[in-house]
Amino acid sequence: MPRYAALIYGDLADDSPIGAASRAEIHQEYFDFGDRAGAAGVLSGGAALQPPSAATTVRVRGGKGGEVVTTDGPFAETKEVLGGFYIIDAADLDEAIRWAAQIPGAWLGSVEVRPVVDFSGS
Amino acid sequence: MSDWFDQMVRDEGGRVLATLVRLTGDITLAEDSVQDAVVEALHRWPVDGVPANPGAWLTTVARNRALDVVRREAKRTKKEADAVLLDEMTTAFGERTTDSMVRDDLLRLVFTCCHPALAIEARVALALRILCGMSTVEIARVFLVSDTTMGQRISRAKKKIATAHIPYRVPADHELPDRVASVLVVVQAIVTAGHHAPEGRLDGRIDLAEEAIRLARLLHDLMPDEPECAGMLALALATHARRDARLDDDGELVLLPAQDRGRWRLDEIAEAETVLDAAMHRRRAGPYQLQAAIAILHDLARTYEETDWPQIAALYGVLEAHWPTPVVRVNRVVAVAEADGADAGLRLLDELDAAEVSSWHLYWSTRGELLSRTGRRAEARDAFDRALECAPNDSDRRFLERRRDELSR
Repeated sequence: MPRYAALIYGDLADDSPIGAASRAEIHQEYFDFGDRAGAAGVLSGGAALQPPSAATTVRVRGGKGGEVVTTDGPFAETKEVLGGFYIIDAADLDEAIRWAAQIPGAWLGSVEVRPVVDFSGS
Repeated sequence: MSDWFDQMVRDEGGRVLATLVRLTGDITLAEDSVQDAVVEALHRWPVDGVPANPGAWLTTVARNRALDVVRREAKRTKKEADAVLLDEMTTAFGERTTDSMVRDDLLRLVFTCCHPALAIEARVALALRILCGMSTVEIARVFLVSDTTMGQRISRAKKKIATAHIPYRVPADHELPDRVASVLVVVQAIVTAGHHAPEGRLDGRIDLAEEAIRLARLLHDLMPDEPECAGMLALALATHARRDARLDDDGELVLLPAQDRGRWRLDEIAEAETVLDAAMHRRRAGPYQLQAAIAILHDLARTYEETDWPQIAALYGVLEAHWPTPVVRVNRVVAVAEADGADAGLRLLDELDAAEVSSWHLYWSTRGELLSRTGRRAEARDAFDRALECAPNDSDRRFLERRRDELSR
């Protein structure tokens, strides 16, 4: 069965003026989604990510085995940031889109649905 | 046999291809196999004679070709997946393909090629390639891009269908309205492309309008219960019926008021009316049915002055209430100006969002026309200047220059 990553993007500025009440509401909506999708057997992974301000970007300079260089912050500074993802098993893109449309991030920001490469057949 | 053969390939090709896509689950393999079958027919038929059922012959040859390819691939890779596919294909090949199966196959292919997860340009290219049987080179020519660009656009789209698993399936009832809309917008884009050649003479692309009608006919035939498909067909017919009056002998654009109505195709207008009437009985109005009704009202007026403007303005009012696009709004302005006077039209025009319309030549030319009717010639000239700045093609530009210069006299 095809597998998809649902990448959740949103304007997650740390100082976003979102109230504590609505934050709890959003979390609840995520839990509800997780319960529904879990019960349907379509979820095979996922995570919520800390904000980009907590990110460290790692590069190895001078090829494999070279100097490890770290930079504070995300790979690219963008307004819409990756806030988390789910791994969804679905029969086809239509089914994947149906599930993705139920992720709160789809109405609070956007969800990018990307097929996961299947190495099992090769 | 050449003309007959080309026509037969165009008529049968889509059906044969649709069957092959079902059997192989792979558009590229299906296309290659059908192409091989066509080449084989070119060699064999002049010698062996034309088979009684050319479509069935092509299907059989194409599926044998596809089977050969998959068999070779399965042997080479020894992959489990290929063996499974081979097994499925062999079983499916044993079944007889009935006419209703072919119709279902075609309908599934329509929804795959016009899937909303594909960009509209990709959908248009795929529909013309796969559903209308145009070659990549022909499509590149009508869209004025290089063969390479069009080839890449088509192959990227096919690749996305495969890697993202865009389904080959007719959507469920509750999904149908949205999905039909995403199919019809493709037909609409083909119609529009046929009318607005960016450069050169407009009538060089008359074929595209005919392709759009062919596609609309196919959709109406495959989905007789969807009134918007009928609306699309009626709209395309009602507009295309005026093609011979749209350009003068020098290839210059002629607007509705000045068109020689004797050159309109009455038989096609009558067909548009019949198709739309039948659809309206289903009482599920939609944007294409409304636009078709408007186009037909224009077609039925013997002179521009006799046009039923109040009725057209009312239909645009309904259209605008549900689909408030700039095009609909400006068209409503024109109808209101004809029904209630230029001042009424100008007042509506002032209500439009400047950001939405200020780079659109039809907004400015409409404004220019209405201003000139109220005697504000200087302002009208300025409006035509603005229109010229945004005009997309030579024919439009020459027309606007003519209108502006008339105001200077």
